[in-house]
Amino acid sequence: MLHIINKSPFQTTTLDSCLDTALPGSAILFIEDGVYAAAQGSAIQERMRVACSTFKVFALQPDMDARGVTAKAMEGVTLIDYGGFVDLTVQYSTSHTWL
Amino acid sequence: MKKFMFVNRKAPYGTIYALESLEVVLITATFDQDVSLVFMDDGVYELVKGQQTKGIGIKNFSPSYRALEGYDIEKLYVDQASLERRGLTPADLLVSVEVLDKQALGELMQQQDVVLSF
Repeated sequence: MLHIINKSPFQTTTLDSCLDTALPGSAILFIEDGVYAAAQGSAIQERMRVACSTFKVFALQPDMDARGVTAKAMEGVTLIDYGGFVDLTVQYSTSHTWL
Repeated sequence: MKKFMFVNRKAPYGTIYALESLEVVLITATFDQDVSLVFMDDGVYELVKGQQTKGIGIKNFSPSYRALEGYDIEKLYVDQASLERRGLTPADLLVSVEVLDKQALGELMQQQDVVLSF
């Protein structure tokens, strides 16, 4: 299934709960303030590195561009555009947009 | 019939999410769908016994969780780590629930047709 995160990992427990709940092989997509998780050099970098080897990790590039973090995108995170976002929701039969 | 899961992760009175979730749950059950509820993170506070809201002027909607059984909603799951982190046990809750770890919750989540987050 597809998990969608739109909150900063430094503001809420959403990312932690998602990573602990999602089954291996699931897809995780970061959008809006969620994309800060995909920037390298932060306190959660190690957690994200493990996540990238367990899950398929995507981030919405327009949201990264808007926040100036595209150049810092972590290795293992696939950047996608809005069309790619739609493709993911079609590819996975169930999506969970964490609030 | 579709399988609907409602994931509740907010405390009851600070925001409107918990009450809105409950309303959508009841509507979904009216349409004879397979409904399950998960309480995780601060969502576990929604089920705490002894809520007295007179002093804040907001309706205490916690008794409604006890009425869910009457709508054939009996799948209530609570995240074990979220309970423990808040110093709670199932005895503190106003309904009987199934306490599961996140792995088991993830497996249930994967089986759903629709997952809604509140």
